[in-house]
Amino acid sequence: MTFLGGQTGQRVVGTRPIRPDGVDKVTGRAIYGADARLPNMLEGRIKRSPHPHARILRIDASRALALEGVKAVVTSDDFVDLPAQEVAAGDGSMDFRSLSLNLMARGKVLYEGHPVAAVAATTGQIAEEALDLIDVEYEALPHVIDIEAAMASGAPVLHDDLFTAGVTPRPEKPSNVAKRIVFAQGDVVAGFAEADVVAEGRYTTEPVHQGYIEPHACVASWNADGQSLIISSSQGAFMVRAYTAKLLGLEIADIRSVPAELGGGFGGKTTVYLEPVALALSRRAGRPVRLVMSREEVFRASGPTSGSVAEVKLGARRDGTIVAAELVFKLQAGAFPGSPVALSGMCALAMYDIPNVLITGYDVVSNRPKVAAYRAPGAPIGSFGTESTMDELARKLGMDPLELREKNGAREGTRTAYGVVHRDIGFLETVRAAKEHPHYRAPLGPNQGRGVAAGFWFNIGGESSAAVNINEDGTASVISPNPDVGGSRASLGMIAAEVLGLPAEKVRTVVGDTASVPYSDMTGGSRVTFSIGTCMVGAAEKVVEQLKQRAAMLWGISPDAVEWKDGAAVPAGPNAGGFEPLPLAEIAAKAGATGGPIGATYSTKVQGAGAGFGVHICDAEVDRETGQVRIVRYTAVQDVGRAIHPSYVEGQIQGGVAQGIGWALNEEYIYGPDGKLQNPGFLDYRVPVASDLPMIEAVMVEVPNPRAPFGLRGVGETPIVPPTPAIANAIRAAIGKRLCSLPMSPPKVVEALDGAGG
Amino acid sequence: MTMKISTTLNGESVDFLCEPNQTLLEALRDRLGLTGTKEGCGSGDCGACSVIMNGRVVASCLVLAAEAEGAAITTVEGLAKDGVLHPLQQRFLEHAALQCGFCTPGILVAAKALLDANPNPTEAEVRLGLAGNLCRCTGYDKIVRAVFAAAADLRGETVA
Ligand code: FES
Ligand code: FES
Repeated sequence: MTFLGGQTGQRVVGTRPIRPDGVDKVTGRAIYGADARLPNMLEGRIKRSPHPHARILRIDASRALALEGVKAVVTSDDFVDLPAQEVAAGDGSMDFRSLSLNLMARGKVLYEGHPVAAVAATTGQIAEEALDLIDVEYEALPHVIDIEAAMASGAPVLHDDLFTAGVTPRPEKPSNVAKRIVFAQGDVVAGFAEADVVAEGRYTTEPVHQGYIEPHACVASWNADGQSLIISSSQGAFMVRAYTAKLLGLEIADIRSVPAELGGGFGGKTTVYLEPVALALSRRAGRPVRLVMSREEVFRASGPTSGSVAEVKLGARRDGTIVAAELVFKLQAGAFPGSPVALSGMCALAMYDIPNVLITGYDVVSNRPKVAAYRAPGAPIGSFGTESTMDELARKLGMDPLELREKNGAREGTRTAYGVVHRDIGFLETVRAAKEHPHYRAPLGPNQGRGVAAGFWFNIGGESSAAVNINEDGTASVISPNPDVGGSRASLGMIAAEVLGLPAEKVRTVVGDTASVPYSDMTGGSRVTFSIGTCMVGAAEKVVEQLKQRAAMLWGISPDAVEWKDGAAVPAGPNAGGFEPLPLAEIAAKAGATGGPIGATYSTKVQGAGAGFGVHICDAEVDRETGQVRIVRYTAVQDVGRAIHPSYVEGQIQGGVAQGIGWALNEEYIYGPDGKLQNPGFLDYRVPVASDLPMIEAVMVEVPNPRAPFGLRGVGETPIVPPTPAIANAIRAAIGKRLCSLPMSPPKVVEALDGAGG
Repeated sequence: MTMKISTTLNGESVDFLCEPNQTLLEALRDRLGLTGTKEGCGSGDCGACSVIMNGRVVASCLVLAAEAEGAAITTVEGLAKDGVLHPLQQRFLEHAALQCGFCTPGILVAAKALLDANPNPTEAEVRLGLAGNLCRCTGYDKIVRAVFAAAADLRGETVA
């Protein structure tokens, strides 16, 4: 297929129609996972470990099963004991054994909240009572929560079969360090020898939760013939189907997975916690089972992202040329390996052209819930350390921080430390747009400071599909295989409309289930508008070919002599004949007489995602008494390639910034010495509310990605990358002290203000 | 002991049965089939379950169903009238003030109560009025703008 790539001449792309699923969502009719009901449905509940680390000696469900109304209990015995097997998943990879052991503990519990059994009963209340009647005998084991304590020799070891990968020789003893990764380019020792100025720091972050407002929820129904139905809120119906089949030992064709509306995911719903459990319960009970997490369960047992320790050292020549960078990242993976440490390392410096780089990373397990992807997994951790250090470097050099970034900015052909060469990127355009924005020169009030920071996210493609069907009346119904997390039905329909030459409202997009459209990877990696959009173009172009053929048939000329223009077939030139344009609706009306229904699917493994760069400007005001930080102005500049539906692009940018502000100032997992989470609710885990935030200005730079429909780039993840350092840099400017530990909560700000020096 | 409760729900008299320990949220969702009202936390901290009860916004997860006896309740399902969207609903759509939409019913209900009490709020008043409703997707920017646009509609001052 050919991509237009240009910015002009489009009639639908770039406009702001109302999304096709909008009215359902403002009237309360949209069906989310917890809203789905099946006949004769049971309610399920999960029994969870009260210990952060313990051996399971015995599970006895007989008292629970004797309770009237209890229909089934399942434990790890109901799931396949899978061997280790790593497969690609979203932005990273996953291991089926870890997935299975996290879903239902086998032999050992590894964090408080780890599931040990589940029950289904006629009412939620009975299921609740039954949980207390499941007797589990534990032998408590010493636990470890802190990342560096988990790395120390003599730490309690979570997995006695875990030997650090990536070091030679292979360690003799198991440890909590799952993996060591290294990215190197040039010679850092020589590089630092060349440097006139060095800035360095040690930075820490705490685990934060994606904080989607919708708790995980599903309904699963097992039939006597072994076929089953799952309705759930997830970031991928095909993922749910594949993982459930694997964990329960079923055939994929026997599961139909229907995506319910998704009440937020941000990466946290790229895995399964409930669906295989609900289906196992349904298999035992012979009735449909609904499982819905409480908010407390969401916090205790679904994935936050990693906490981290980062050491960052940057060296530059007097003129501001950065000549060397050395970075060390230690990331918590939670109870099973799989932190995004490699992504932290890759994203930390991908904005810059630096000849000598050494990045080392460690993936570390401890007695915390297993981490899950969170919006640009790992990248905000990478940027917090490097972009804070960049700010210090600019200060030492006496240089404007955006000029320092422009001078060292990645451009066409820049080789990253992880080996990829940047192509068709818009980082410099983004820095310049930030520099020219009036915000950058606006006056500041008392106790206010301004900070800037940059960020990078890869964006991905992957296995994808789409279907376009022309209806008898000339409208089109199109199917996306991917759950819509924030307007993708609108953008995908617009892409199809643009190719077909129809107005946006004549094309309606639905999200299909696993039986209605070919396979597609999960919603993640900022891939949907790009990847499914690519398939929409492919399918719509196939449909246009069919429409041209039908017109040729009606006119009695060769299909080669027909062109498609503005939603109608037209003769290719004067020699083709003097026919009036034949609009799509007229061809559709005659479909039955010209060969039958008109429609196409298109599937491919999409490649060529365009990288996303953002540069943010933040003004923070510090209350010197209380240490409270208020964000008073925020501007986020981002290269979006081409905004298909600008409102939803802005929305992604604003939402990412808001999450970044929460990460920077308030959010954190707090553990007691007993290894238990102390703030598993929105009261004590404070996400930003409307009165915490200012308006967030989203500035869209459009440097087209020539490998994408209309030049678009994924946009959803980049905006969460710059906020934490932008805010740290603003606070530094306001109070003259640098905070190196997230969240920058009032007590830490007060401590910094009271500290000596400055 | 099952109880019988009589209320005015979205303008119509409705009777329903509930248990004494059941919340209004459970009654709405599980007894009355009004699943537009969402549960995000069950502890009064997210606002997804907001309904208007006798003119005030309440977290229906913190109200007992039995307390609805004799009360007038408005849920998200009661905002549109005869198939015509309420100006808040229309403006939320036009301003793309929702992404996942899970917070939307609660925010629409809270915004309606806010505008009923204060037809011409400042930005700070809108933000404060919605401070009990978490939205994790939008950063609130477009929500605040949509509320302003709807407020202007309701005051009859709309400029297209
Ligand atoms: S569900 Fe009632 S406030 Fe969250
Ligand atoms: S739109 Fe998703 S939580 Fe508000």
